[in-house]
Amino acid sequence: MIEIEHVKKSFGSLQVLDDVSLTVNKGEVVSIIGGSGSGKSTLLMTINGLEPIQAGRILVDGVEVHAKGTNLNQLRQKIGIVFQQWNAFPHLTVMENVTLALRKVLGKSREEANAIAVKQLEHVGLGDKLRSFPGKLSGGQQQRMAIARALAMEPKYMLFDEVTSALDPQLVGEVLDTMRLLAKEGMTMILVTHEMAFAREVSDRVAFFKAGTVHEIGPPEQIFGKPQTPETASFLKSVL
Amino acid sequence: MFNYSFHWRPALQALPQMLQGALVTVELAILSMLIGVAIGVVLALMRTSGNKYLDYLALVWIEVARNTPALFQIYMAYFGLGQLGIRIDSFVALLAGIAFNNAGYLAETFRGGLRAVPSTQARAARSLGFSALAAFRLIVFPQMFRAVFYPVTNQAVWAILMTSLGVVVGLNTDLTGVTQRFNVLTFRTFEYFAIAAVLYYLIAKFVTLSARLLAWRLFRY
Amino acid sequence: MFHTALTLKDLGLLAQGAGWTLMITGIAIVGGTALGTLFGVFRAVVPWWASIWLGFLLDIFRSVPLLIQLVLINAVFPMFGMRVSPFTVSCIVLAIYTSAYCSEIVRGGVLAVPATTRRAARSLGLTWWQDMVEIVYPIALRVMLPSWIGLTLGVMKDTALVGWIGVVELLKQSQILISRMQNEPLFILMIAGLIYFLISFPIARLGARLEGRFREND
Repeated sequence: MIEIEHVKKSFGSLQVLDDVSLTVNKGEVVSIIGGSGSGKSTLLMTINGLEPIQAGRILVDGVEVHAKGTNLNQLRQKIGIVFQQWNAFPHLTVMENVTLALRKVLGKSREEANAIAVKQLEHVGLGDKLRSFPGKLSGGQQQRMAIARALAMEPKYMLFDEVTSALDPQLVGEVLDTMRLLAKEGMTMILVTHEMAFAREVSDRVAFFKAGTVHEIGPPEQIFGKPQTPETASFLKSVL
Repeated sequence: MFNYSFHWRPALQALPQMLQGALVTVELAILSMLIGVAIGVVLALMRTSGNKYLDYLALVWIEVARNTPALFQIYMAYFGLGQLGIRIDSFVALLAGIAFNNAGYLAETFRGGLRAVPSTQARAARSLGFSALAAFRLIVFPQMFRAVFYPVTNQAVWAILMTSLGVVVGLNTDLTGVTQRFNVLTFRTFEYFAIAAVLYYLIAKFVTLSARLLAWRLFRY
Repeated sequence: MFHTALTLKDLGLLAQGAGWTLMITGIAIVGGTALGTLFGVFRAVVPWWASIWLGFLLDIFRSVPLLIQLVLINAVFPMFGMRVSPFTVSCIVLAIYTSAYCSEIVRGGVLAVPATTRRAARSLGLTWWQDMVEIVYPIALRVMLPSWIGLTLGVMKDTALVGWIGVVELLKQSQILISRMQNEPLFILMIAGLIYFLISFPIARLGARLEGRFREND
């Protein structure tokens, strides 16, 4: 379970997160929607401790992320994250991209790591690209590789940060298919997304972010069907 | 154990003469840059002329300048030309050596500058009705100038540092030469050369900072 | 017919000089790269206000002529009653001089690795150190290698100055031969120049090739 309690964060005078509270239960898929600059992506970074916070707290399975004694490297193995810019490691093959953390962080042998990598890469449809370098792949393929890289660590949670917004339109579908598969398999997921139809389809709950806080949250039928506040309604009107 | 007593006062009394030397240093650097830029432009044009022989000739100059020590190039001017019957003093030899070096490095810089402006820029300008000359002057040259500005100022700093090599061929009027003159008279090596180091540092920084200031004024885009 | 007073023994002396040139270059590059890497990484990872003093210090070695640095440091050791050979002084000065340039190359290389890539590495649970070794170092190496090769060649050519404080390297040896055989400086210099060129040119070409290939891949 991920519990976000009254989190605040600012960059200088800019209040990016303003008293955010959100609980994500095991097996749940929560989508975060909202305009750009509303703090959605920053929230994801705070969950695995890549970004510090100034107030409130975040608990992952009861462990406080920003507490002093927390072993972040250990915690991060539980939380997979995929970024908008897919961030492939350009000097490593597709296979090595996936095995690096398995070997260096989890201490698995090369054979073990390779077996896991093959399985995950086949899962996302890259079984024939194991020896390629990322530079030779399309954006969609690189993004699926990034998903496989995160999944190989067997995380309990997956965070997706606008993973399709840097992709060419014709490549979006293959990445969404991969995520749909994950949701079906019962993975606990938080996704920041601009793909409203997709959010509506896979989410258990949808949170509308505005001005650094959760403005409205509810099942997709509520948010997309009968939004409770005029702000939510007008945002949806602007994007649909 | 430290057993040296500094004698700064006599060294500082030499400051006016050392500043005179610094002027000669600056003069050498400026002259070598002017000659180097002029020859560098010619070499770059020869490299891009399409004529095999011109290209090859320029390439030899450039590769020798870039792949041998500057001091070697100064020796060539000082000792080498002498054998061919061209007797030149150490000032001219130093100037020739540094200018030769500058030209070799700047030629490559200018060649890069020529390539940095896409041909579509000139075409776009011509299509607006500019003459070829006006298109070059107003559109192509400013962009080229920006591309080479930083490497050229870098070379200017190198030119200043290279002038210190004159002392090796007996020059005694530039900053290092004057410093060495006092050093030989007094054996207060550290004091005199420390002052020279400070002066060189100030000259080099003056060039870098003015270049930065100029770039900031010139390149607003 | 071409006549020269230059003997085989003199050619041996030139070769010996070239040996010293290479030796000093090697020591300066190894020492300077180690130091420069340390300085460069430090400058890249700590906030600017914590490393500005180091940046200032290293900049001095890039703004004062090498000849002056050699003479100055050569004069410092006797002040402490230490007798240090010109060879050792040359190696020390050139290593520091090299590190001043190398630190900038390393700093640039580290900063060229996108912050987002490093973030992705850390989010997989890699430690700071693992991120440095497995991600930053290999990516930065491509950026740094061409400049580093250029630096090596620059230092090789700069060793010509250590003759001034009494190390008989290649150029100093040729100068000695020139003063001994008054009438053929050009021939002797051309041999020296050829040796420098033969060391430098192939490596310079390799550097250019590497740079071109890296650019293609990006």
